[in-house]
Amino acid sequence: MRVGAQIEIAAPPDAVWELISDPSRYLHFMAGITRWEVADDGTRGLGARYRMLMRVGSAEIGGLIEIVESDEGRDLAWTSVTGIDQRGRWRLRERPGGRTRVELRLAYGVAGSGILGWLAEHVGAPTVRGHLRRSLQQLKRQVEHEQLRRQAAQRRSAREVSAAGPSAAGGTSNGS
Amino acid sequence: MIGAVSATATSRNGHSTNPVGDGRLHQDEPADRPQASLPGRLLRGLADQVSRRVPTADLDERDPDYIREALPGLWLLCSLYFRGEVRGLGNIPEDGPVLLVGNHSGGNLSPDTTVFTLAFTAYFGVERRFYQLAHNLVLSMPGLGFLRRFGTVAASPENAEKALRSGAAVLVYPGGDHEVHRPSWQSGRVDFAGRRGFIRLALEHDVPIVPVVAIGGQETALFLSRGESLSRLLGLDRLLRLKVLPISLALPWGVNVGDFLGHLPLPAKITIEALAPIHLREELGPDPDVDEAYAHVLRVMQEALDALAAERRLPVLG
Repeated sequence: MRVGAQIEIAAPPDAVWELISDPSRYLHFMAGITRWEVADDGTRGLGARYRMLMRVGSAEIGGLIEIVESDEGRDLAWTSVTGIDQRGRWRLRERPGGRTRVELRLAYGVAGSGILGWLAEHVGAPTVRGHLRRSLQQLKRQVEHEQLRRQAAQRRSAREVSAAGPSAAGGTSNGS
Repeated sequence: MIGAVSATATSRNGHSTNPVGDGRLHQDEPADRPQASLPGRLLRGLADQVSRRVPTADLDERDPDYIREALPGLWLLCSLYFRGEVRGLGNIPEDGPVLLVGNHSGGNLSPDTTVFTLAFTAYFGVERRFYQLAHNLVLSMPGLGFLRRFGTVAASPENAEKALRSGAAVLVYPGGDHEVHRPSWQSGRVDFAGRRGFIRLALEHDVPIVPVVAIGGQETALFLSRGESLSRLLGLDRLLRLKVLPISLALPWGVNVGDFLGHLPLPAKITIEALAPIHLREELGPDPDVDEAYAHVLRVMQEALDALAAERRLPVLG
């Protein structure tokens, strides 16, 4: 079963990448995740392993995953090592006006589980899709909030520089 | 005491005739009085059948691939039918041997075990060794052979020791048939019938006990009575290790005596909570008293069950 969700964020891809490539921040925006843990020595990017679980129905489903593709600012993909079979991908694409289109895809299933497996995948899909959608909304809120703060900080420092400008200039002229 | 239990008479398949939780049964064992009557002989034949069908060392029969492929079906059953909710799995130590001690509900088709097995296996992965100890009758029941592939083994001290020594998580229901057939109005009561074998097991192997408290199973039918005197009257207690002959109102039978063929459980909401691990030696000193430890575990579980019972608004619906 393949589910996905997408959203447009008013920030450049790098700002989004900063969050999604940092394992310590996943719990701040991922919805439905009951467990998220760096499984090895904390390497980032290609080959990094995480243990993740997501609540779907009466079980927490997931397992050990490994990052198999990491294209900075563009793509981050993983596959499962243990647990349920899964392939997932973050896909960031730049849009005009410093905006980013973010897509989160997840394909999952249990190979060899037959008709019941097919049924379970479909029954669980709305929940999984809901988790992905909420995750993207929270990601958007967080990135845009940080973007706003960053811009505000820039404006503030610009104001301070311009406000401090003449007096600083006066100070130096006084001193000389 | 474990040693004493293991030394009691073993049947031809190498199993002790005592369940893990019970050290009392063998007291009246030498009474091997001849049974000349026809029902008596029939029962004895059945008992022989049962003991012959129970496999000896079946720890190897657990099949991770099979479990993995069966999980989606289990998930459907547990999520849609029983609306299972399992909390506190994070309380279970990440690795190493652990004794999971549960209260048992729901008659011979206990939904608690199903819901918990799904949740445990999904959480820790099929790679983690996990065995459930079950009554001989369950394992020898035709059609339930698949349980062995899930890691269900006969409840004997030998199997429990072997499983714990292999570093596995072992799920035991000390209350067994006594607790599982308690009347529905005692749904909120933990009743191990004084069986302390699990305490000795935990002490002997120095493993933590994680209490697993469940509610809802007793609402899958209207359980009326354990029928203990009926069982004694028919001699089932000695022959089949069955101290009960339960009477319930259950689908599709109506009045259901014995529950040997199982029943169609009502879709009661099953809520399960794994509690913080109890390290008996850390909490009760280096040489804990078995009775004290038993009372301690029971009290912790009863308190948790009271809390779960207080959450429930309606029977079956949860």
